[in-house]
Amino acid sequence: MREVNVRLITEKVRDLCMEANTDLGEDVLQAFDRAMTLEESPLGAEILKELKENARIAREEKVAICQDTGFAVVFVELGQDVHLVGGDLKEAVLEGVRQGYRNGYLRKSICHPFTRANTGDNTPAIIHTEIVPGEKVKITVAPKGGGSENMSRVMMLTPSDGIDGIKRFVIERVRESGSNPCPPTIVGVGIGGTFEQAALLAKKSLLRSIGSRNPDPELEKLESEILTEINKLGIGPQGLGGRTTSLAVHILMMPCHIASFPLAVNIQCHAHRHKEVEI
Amino acid sequence: MNELIRLKTPLTDEDVEKLKIGDRVLINGMIYTGRDAAHKRLVDLLEEGKELPFDIKGQIIYYVGPTPAKPGQVFGSAGPTTSYRMDAYSPSLIEKGLKGMIGKGMRSEAVKEAMKKYKAVYFAATGGAGALLAKRVKKARVVAYEDLGPEAIRELEVEDLPVIVVNDVRGNDLYIEGEKKYRKG
Repeated sequence: MREVNVRLITEKVRDLCMEANTDLGEDVLQAFDRAMTLEESPLGAEILKELKENARIAREEKVAICQDTGFAVVFVELGQDVHLVGGDLKEAVLEGVRQGYRNGYLRKSICHPFTRANTGDNTPAIIHTEIVPGEKVKITVAPKGGGSENMSRVMMLTPSDGIDGIKRFVIERVRESGSNPCPPTIVGVGIGGTFEQAALLAKKSLLRSIGSRNPDPELEKLESEILTEINKLGIGPQGLGGRTTSLAVHILMMPCHIASFPLAVNIQCHAHRHKEVEI
Repeated sequence: MNELIRLKTPLTDEDVEKLKIGDRVLINGMIYTGRDAAHKRLVDLLEEGKELPFDIKGQIIYYVGPTPAKPGQVFGSAGPTTSYRMDAYSPSLIEKGLKGMIGKGMRSEAVKEAMKKYKAVYFAATGGAGALLAKRVKKARVVAYEDLGPEAIRELEVEDLPVIVVNDVRGNDLYIEGEKKYRKG
């Protein structure tokens, strides 16, 4: 049994909120570089250059990459041999979000659904906690912007729709979304499970590094086939026409009920922000 | 790629008539910020027959809700927000002399019609390039609706703010034309 004070979790969440919002991952920057060599639209290539320059400014000056600094989505993998002391986990995470968004001059974008009154400190956060073996705590903070989240969908397909049904739905979702989710996007796909599990799989699939291979060869093939079709749509960077509509398609899959075939598509804008730490 | 054009506000009919879709434009001078809540208040004033809090003739409105400025920063990160939420209000403002709008995403047919009829253009700024766009803002001050916080109307002095013409006065739309040009199969 290892003791971890929740104060440490607050500090880590605070730092991760600020870091994620100002420091775009190397995998995204490399994906911009690859896209630039393939982009046929001169305007599209110019936009990709602008995105790289934007990321450089944000990193050097420690300012937000995008003004929509998002909903703070926090994944906690809690080792079962950890004993948390000094307070409760949920409050520790929320306090970290409060401090991170205040100290980092990040926009507070969370409001009451009816009155639209802002909560003022970007809380609550969306917290996904999983108990895992071991005596470590892994925390991932993935701020999610509204524009791309609005374009996401869950669809309960029929088993007879098959793999073609998945392809059709995902590609059509990207086509319909057009310029709204700030392309080039990363398309997270969750297949199987239940209604809510499919959505969570889609969200988690986004955390995989861009350019990394899917460990399942069948899904790897499906990812590449869907990406090829998406990049034939012509939407391009910012929807102004071009080859680079998406940088990657990521799929996570698990078994489903014999009567079901759940599918979720979680679209992520190019400001693909996530940072993690292990305590 | 189309040439780079430098424009200074306020814009005239001649300024906007020469713009065509795909033109890259660098905007200089004063522009105004506003999102849904501010737009609603402006249109309410017009309906009541009252004066707007700033002279809208020849002006540009930028759809943006910035992050708070850090100490030493003129303006926080400031990329465009999605424009369709302003579609209900834009035609009335265009009729009153608004010449340009900066945002991201497609506009409604009614907005496109108003742009044709009264000669106005719609520009896209790069969504998500908030840090880069913020550096082109040299001065910022609130001119109305301070109670709206990040959504208050601000007057910004901008230097070479980079935008792209998406809808011109002839009714062309780069979102439609661009996708058509690069679609395969």
